[in-house]
Amino acid sequence: MIEWTNANYLPWLIPVPPLIAFVLIVLVTNRSWWVTVFTALAASVLSWGLATAVFLRSAGLAFGPGLAGAAFGSSAPWLDLGQTQFMMGVMVDPLTTVMLFMVPLAILTIFIYSIGYISHDPRRERFLAYMSLFAGAMLTLVVADNLLLLFIGWEVMGFCSYSLIGFWYEKPSAYRAGVKAFMTTRVADVIMLLGVAYLFAEAGTLDFRTILLDPAFLEKLASTPALIFGGAISAAGLIGVFLVAGTIGKSAQFPLHVWLPDAMEGPTPVSAMIHAAAMVSAGVYMIIRMYPLLSAGAHPHEGVYNAPLLLMTYVGGFTALFAAVIAIAQNDIKRVLAYSTISQLGFMVGALGIGAYTAAAFHLIMHGIFKALLFMGSGAVIHAMEHGEHHAHEHGRHPHNTFAGDAPFDPQDMRNMGGLRQRIPVTFYTFVAGAMALAGFPIISAGFWSKDEIFSEAWHLGLGVLGGANTGYGPAIFLFIVLAVAAFLTALYTTRQVAMTFIGEPRTEAAAEAGLGGPSSMVSVLMQAPLIVLGVLALVLGFIGVHPDFPLLGGLFSAQGNPFHSFVGGTLVEHPPAIPFYWVPLLTSLVVALGGIFVGYWLYWRKPVPAGQADPIQVSLDRISPYLYTWMRNKFYLDELYDRALVKPSMWVSETLVSAILDQGIIDGILHAIARAASWLGELFKRFNRVMIDGVGDGIPMAIGAFGRWFRNIQTGNVQQYLMMAIIATLVIGLSVSALIVRVNTGVILLVLGVLVVIIIVLNLIGRAWGGMAE
Amino acid sequence: MYAPIPVLSIITLTPVAGALLILLLPKSAKQEARLIAAAATGFSLLLGLFVFFNYDVAYASAATTVEQSFQFQEKIVWVAPLGINYHLGVDGISTPMVLLTGLASFAGVLISWGIDDRPREFMAFFLLLVAGVYGVFVALDLFVLFFFYELAIFPMYLLIATWGWKELREYAAMKLTLYILIGSVVALVGVLVLYFAAGNATGVYSFDMVHMLEVGAMPNSPFNVELFGISGLTLARLWFPFIFIGFGILAGLFPFHNWSPDGHVAAPTAVSMIHAGVLMKLGAYSALRVGVQLLPEGAQVHLPWIVLLTLINVVYGAFIAMRQRDFKYVIGFSSVSHMGLVSMGIATMSVVGMTGAGLQMFSHGAMTALFFACVGMVYDRAHTRDIPSLGGFSRKLPWVSFAFILGGLVSMGMPGLSGFVSEFPIFMGLWNASPTIQLTVGGWSLANYYSVIAVVAVIGIVVTAAYVLRVVQQVFYGRFNEERYQEVHDVTALDKLALVMLMVALIILGVWPNIMAPIVESGVRPIAQLLGGA
Repeated sequence: MIEWTNANYLPWLIPVPPLIAFVLIVLVTNRSWWVTVFTALAASVLSWGLATAVFLRSAGLAFGPGLAGAAFGSSAPWLDLGQTQFMMGVMVDPLTTVMLFMVPLAILTIFIYSIGYISHDPRRERFLAYMSLFAGAMLTLVVADNLLLLFIGWEVMGFCSYSLIGFWYEKPSAYRAGVKAFMTTRVADVIMLLGVAYLFAEAGTLDFRTILLDPAFLEKLASTPALIFGGAISAAGLIGVFLVAGTIGKSAQFPLHVWLPDAMEGPTPVSAMIHAAAMVSAGVYMIIRMYPLLSAGAHPHEGVYNAPLLLMTYVGGFTALFAAVIAIAQNDIKRVLAYSTISQLGFMVGALGIGAYTAAAFHLIMHGIFKALLFMGSGAVIHAMEHGEHHAHEHGRHPHNTFAGDAPFDPQDMRNMGGLRQRIPVTFYTFVAGAMALAGFPIISAGFWSKDEIFSEAWHLGLGVLGGANTGYGPAIFLFIVLAVAAFLTALYTTRQVAMTFIGEPRTEAAAEAGLGGPSSMVSVLMQAPLIVLGVLALVLGFIGVHPDFPLLGGLFSAQGNPFHSFVGGTLVEHPPAIPFYWVPLLTSLVVALGGIFVGYWLYWRKPVPAGQADPIQVSLDRISPYLYTWMRNKFYLDELYDRALVKPSMWVSETLVSAILDQGIIDGILHAIARAASWLGELFKRFNRVMIDGVGDGIPMAIGAFGRWFRNIQTGNVQQYLMMAIIATLVIGLSVSALIVRVNTGVILLVLGVLVVIIIVLNLIGRAWGGMAE
Repeated sequence: MYAPIPVLSIITLTPVAGALLILLLPKSAKQEARLIAAAATGFSLLLGLFVFFNYDVAYASAATTVEQSFQFQEKIVWVAPLGINYHLGVDGISTPMVLLTGLASFAGVLISWGIDDRPREFMAFFLLLVAGVYGVFVALDLFVLFFFYELAIFPMYLLIATWGWKELREYAAMKLTLYILIGSVVALVGVLVLYFAAGNATGVYSFDMVHMLEVGAMPNSPFNVELFGISGLTLARLWFPFIFIGFGILAGLFPFHNWSPDGHVAAPTAVSMIHAGVLMKLGAYSALRVGVQLLPEGAQVHLPWIVLLTLINVVYGAFIAMRQRDFKYVIGFSSVSHMGLVSMGIATMSVVGMTGAGLQMFSHGAMTALFFACVGMVYDRAHTRDIPSLGGFSRKLPWVSFAFILGGLVSMGMPGLSGFVSEFPIFMGLWNASPTIQLTVGGWSLANYYSVIAVVAVIGIVVTAAYVLRVVQQVFYGRFNEERYQEVHDVTALDKLALVMLMVALIILGVWPNIMAPIVESGVRPIAQLLGGA
């Protein structure tokens, strides 16, 4: 019998409470807001409690010994497929353990925050229902012991993101953003599904431990040529590429990143959920989880790469830089964060590509914490701005109805902000903590340690080139340089964001009046308490991953070796090697972080940009070329490239224009650039269907009908149409039979088929002509 | 295994009895007719559940003879000189189909409650149709199978032509009947050939499927004897395409699919539900049972090219669905696309792929019945199916909206729902089969292309997501036209019951596929063994 106190069964329970909450809210409690709140909150607390218990137990901190090399887990038969009995199960290994620290905590804080955020929305109950389902799916994904259960959580999250991004579906841009997110990730998902099916076909199982802890099997898979492109790629390589494609969609990597910035249309807790706790983290988690398979046959530590690893390195590195460049030129507070997410995910994907396994995992956890913090902070800012705008109107100091051509007020535009530090101090300090982590502020920020580890790994692996060894070290060198530049830009845009939002004089009346209703307001407490918890973690959590030889701190925090590295490294069969301590990457990371912060400070903080004045970076870039900044601000027109009828979410576009473009954009919004080709193809098929196939179907009876009428003239009495049909059927059969006989001997079936097509066309024409004559 | 009580006969004949009873009622007894129809289909559904839960997987897996692979058998000698027996029985493939027929027919009666134009006749014909469908699934004698097959088509014609959509009904009813009749006649000729071949070889002339299967499995089976002295030409190879495609027409096999969207659209809602939900499965089921299982050697030769037709089905149907303006046509073409996956699963010739096909038959049946129910409910209230004219219906019809979205998620293969557990094995089967299957046409041969088919087929799945979201957005979300649709009110309790029933089936199968997968697997395993696949 199942003993629920047994650690092997406990992981089953972690995703259950939010799933039950989802069902309960949908079916029972949706008429009462407070019962719904209680249900959702209780579920997330329960999940967090269970997850924390499992975390403490498996990290060896409480409730008994740690994992000690053996993961917990249990499974049950789920789908019987011939010889293979598909087992559905859960497990907790070191990688899951650290996820179980980050994910439920982020979810819990997001839930508390959501209750304050959404409490005035007419569909707030439904919101919490979807959020619960989202949380349940993510937790399912984390505890899954096989790729299929992971995929289930993965897809359910895709659906939730669609519903939640498009939550305000009356707003066309929101609905379309939802569809865009769903369809973009869907394209990637089906590619991933192909990989999953292929892997199952090869391995006969999808169980992580069976596949990933079996080096002999992976070796075999890496030396088998793939079914498609077998000459160029191994089976493991093809499966790996398919899986990485899934992550490129889910974790918004170039070129499928376009959905993520638009996902800002959803309510802010959803953004936090997507960007930090769930969705995008799931993508990176999956490739970290599948790393032994992705790297089968490759040894990045010896300069030997394979297709999936190279794909990850280059896509990740490029995305990190590309998104950071775009982020510099964004003025929407959430959009800056969206691009920063894309960029940071690029760090992780790239790091994994060069084999920096624990560094990627470390950055994933740290990023989850501080990005949840930043998103919720930005949500508080927006809320405060809306509040301020409302307040300003009430006092009649600001004309409510804007004049034609006048831009409506945008509470997310940082150019409308400024000086919020005084209005919402708690949000300010916690936001700064998150920003420090994102910028990689030295020592006292989580992001510093995780980025530093990525730099060190890249440097370590790239040294081979400097030492004049073989040429297999290019990817690491590439990544080191690209990430250094990206980190510099990250520090710059983060500082810019903090300065534009919080520092200087308010640029609008709304900013001057902004607030969350004072410290005693319920909304204020619900929305800011989670920030404090995450803010503290964003400062100190990084100390779990300090290099042992780091001056002073190494001895303090990592006397027995880097705790995070040694723990998470235990997920792999062969513990990833601990790399030596280097000064170059440390100095690089100090220089880029402090340099970026300094430039940001110099341009935006020292002398805040007054209202109506152009952005200093824009001014200096315009001196080089007037297109540079425009291209950056317009995200290099990729959206336009993908989606020719994109409606820019700018409020100044008149309503007529919006609806005109909307009409045009319905299909385009679905499948980006593919849409046109697909529609064309659909139209072509439809016509083909009508003219050719229907033509025969209709033409024959028409011909028969006409024949009958004609025949009636000669001889009295009616000819049964079935008879004629039978004759024609016999004719077709006879032809096919002869085709078959011929085929066996000479193989001219193609010729016969061609003849058949001609006959069909002729019959078609005759039928139509005959039918026309008879009319 | 013989049944102590003739459960299958009762399941099949209860609707017939109901139909006769209804015809005895006076013309004014509308409500009574509906109640009788609901009782008859409901009773059959309960017995279908009984059969489903009492199907013995262990017994089926241990079967060593053909006879043992069928359960709940009944056998009465009918026309002894011709070797025709009234022989019924189910295996792992037909058991879920019996249950599906029960679900769809009961739900169909419930949502037809509002039909006020001659409900007596409607219900009577509907019950006859249901009886025909049940009969095909449980028949173990080819004569009985054809008898019920034609029995199903005849009321279908009348139902569409009389109660269908005025603009299209006569055309569509005729089109459907012609297509299906021609298909079945072609298949019938093939079966007669096999009947005589088996009789000439063994001296026993019998339409009994068990007998035929035994003959087919003999070492020197008469089906595999060379014909006309032409090397490589056998009865099995010659007749397989006719039997498979003849039945395949009813499964919407490209390029013989075009009866189906027109037929679905023209039919009244309940008939569309049976039609797309169950009748198309009839084709796939018969193609598998009579085509593949009787002539495995032919299947091995021909399925490798038929799979290309199924691929066209999957992708092409999805693309066309995306471009339709008529709500019901979208679903009609989506059926063409999804039924392509069923045939594709069969064409993998492996246990995994065929299990997926079996699950997909059930999943698609319940899903598409749900879809048509939703379309019917919207149409009854809005009096139009023109997608751009609709919008915002989720507020007025929350249940329908929820049901449609759920059906949409099933159709796009969302994990946790039945569509995924049936599509995933099909794709796996394609990968699995890829290295072993080879298509040779004359001197030209194609190997290892099943994996490419898998890759191309996923386009269909992506497009499915696109058209489902398009319909969801334009029909259920968006702006609601208050003026035009003033009269729109929520659906009745019976409608909700029908929707919930179908949704529950989709969810249960998705969350816990092992409630059905082992049954299907026990049914397809002997067929896969005949095909040489494990």
